[in-house]
Amino acid sequence: MKKNSLLVLVLLTVMVYALAQSQKPKQKTQDTPAASIERGRAIYQKECLSCHQADGGGVPHINPPLAGNTVLLNDKTKIIAVVLKGMTDRIPIDDEYYSNNMASHAYLTNQEIADVLTFARNSFGNKASVLTAAEVKVVRGVKKK
Amino acid sequence: MIKRLQGLMLILFLVITLNGFSNALKINFNFLINKCFNSDTGKGSIKVPEGFSATIVADNVGKARHIVISPKGIVYVKSMRKINGKGIFVLKNVGANAKLTIIDTFCNYGGTGIVIKDGYLYASSDEEVFRYKLNAKDEVINPNAPEKIVTGLIEHHQHETKSIALDNVGNIYVNVGAYANSCQEHDRTKGSPGRKPCPILDSAGGIWMFKADKLNQTYGDGIRYATGLRNVVGLDWNQQTNSLFVMQHGRDQLFQNWPQYYSENDGAEFPAECMYELHKGSNCGWPYIYFNQQLNKKMLAPEYGGDGKTEGDASFQDPVIAFPGHLAPNGLLFYTGKQFPEKYKNGAFIAFHGSWNRAPLPQAGYFVVFVPFKDGKPTGKWEVFADGFSGKEVVNSTRSADHRPCGLAQGPDGSLYVTDDSKGTVFKISYTGK
Ligand code: HEC
Repeated sequence: MKKNSLLVLVLLTVMVYALAQSQKPKQKTQDTPAASIERGRAIYQKECLSCHQADGGGVPHINPPLAGNTVLLNDKTKIIAVVLKGMTDRIPIDDEYYSNNMASHAYLTNQEIADVLTFARNSFGNKASVLTAAEVKVVRGVKKK
Repeated sequence: MIKRLQGLMLILFLVITLNGFSNALKINFNFLINKCFNSDTGKGSIKVPEGFSATIVADNVGKARHIVISPKGIVYVKSMRKINGKGIFVLKNVGANAKLTIIDTFCNYGGTGIVIKDGYLYASSDEEVFRYKLNAKDEVINPNAPEKIVTGLIEHHQHETKSIALDNVGNIYVNVGAYANSCQEHDRTKGSPGRKPCPILDSAGGIWMFKADKLNQTYGDGIRYATGLRNVVGLDWNQQTNSLFVMQHGRDQLFQNWPQYYSENDGAEFPAECMYELHKGSNCGWPYIYFNQQLNKKMLAPEYGGDGKTEGDASFQDPVIAFPGHLAPNGLLFYTGKQFPEKYKNGAFIAFHGSWNRAPLPQAGYFVVFVPFKDGKPTGKWEVFADGFSGKEVVNSTRSADHRPCGLAQGPDGSLYVTDDSKGTVFKISYTGK
């Protein structure tokens, strides 16, 4: 009898603990790529989706696609700088020009920028490594005048 | 106690399985939605009113922007980008059916505008306007040596296309789009205030008028005919009123840049896409105001102190008619043909390119609209005339639309032609009923 109630107690504790864990926002202490991507998804929807679209396909001639975007997948420093400073370069992006201006999103925290770029690098058919807040910090630090 | 434990385990089991089950269900449900609503409705299955028929008459005509058809039935299409080095496609009906065949290409620039007037074909790049003399068969005589009519127009990439229209007394009207969303200190940046006065308006954000037959004109040679227009792509000379009508692309990002004043839905629905009748000196108010089609009022732009509720300067011109936000009107044509029923005579057809800026709502537009007119004024509500260009019931991302209506032309027989700059498709809509 005693043994059983102890078991129930242990089980309940485990359940409550698990529930609490799943409820509270994931802390840095135990961050995972999946968690970063999930946070990034919400930031993408709020800050980027209007231009780069729900499917990451962009808008022909206006906003570039992020799906399959070579720079997004290969040049972390460049894409961090684009989010921090915006982009009006009008250089070909995967062989096409885009006419819109991307604004600076420097008001996002280093972690938020890391999350949204990690999301973009791992969505829309993309697959690339995680990008960290520390990497964003480095690029933000070398701000040009 | 064992029983209780079993009960607990059962609940735990149920919770886990139900959770998994609902996830699986969600996926299936999405899949179902995709299957039912996002399926291709069939290429060319354009929905038109009773008595009309729509067919695809050409495909792969570059990035087909505006289109014009000569009195003898030669079709000229301006491509936004050069294809194999050429920016104008020449098409003709050479067979037994209605299909058009590409018989020639020429012109070493991409662009949007193309118009025929008094024996000349006028075409625009994103900085210049040219014209080509036509022979008695409506063929371009010297495709490699056009006359340069206008040069040096601002092209700062945003709203860079130049559409053109001509009046009946030798003038050509060229839109120069504003290279900004709302003339902010920092374009499209959250909370960035508007510049006052907006310096862009000196050389862009309006319609410029030049002589149709004078070479190498630039800003100083023409006049700023109308101002306060963010970007115009569709425009047409109304022969009945003898005046220029234009369709403005309204500003973007009310919600994204000013979330303290606008909900996501406000940002999707507002501001209106507006039709204006212009006269010399018209000022339509961009960037200081925008039009709210539900309140039917000019509102002060948030960049200039607005909050979504405060009205703007009443002295700016009112639109003739207003449409839902972000639908992107790219083609305007006043119908003067005899083929369509009486109701369509002198009314306006508008090709809406379709939005990219209505998330979280689905994107919209991708259709051709008709506005009935009498004595130069709209007589009632606008109606969707031709729909289904996107090939999807719901368009969530712009790129998933199969076709995007852009240019409009009237054939010599009174049929209506619609271009698509996504796949380079040309549609022909005819009235076959009686
Ligand atoms: C106002 C529209 C807009 C918004 C909002 C926007 N972008 Fe962009 N983005 C653009 C445009 C336009 C370009 C290309 C500019 C150019 O070609 O000069 C671009 C470029 C980029 C690039 C560089 C692509 C390359 O190949 O060089 C990345 C990465 C990117 N955006 C990510 C984002 C992320 C992440 C967000 C949200 C935090 C975002 N963008 C928000 C319009 C936007």
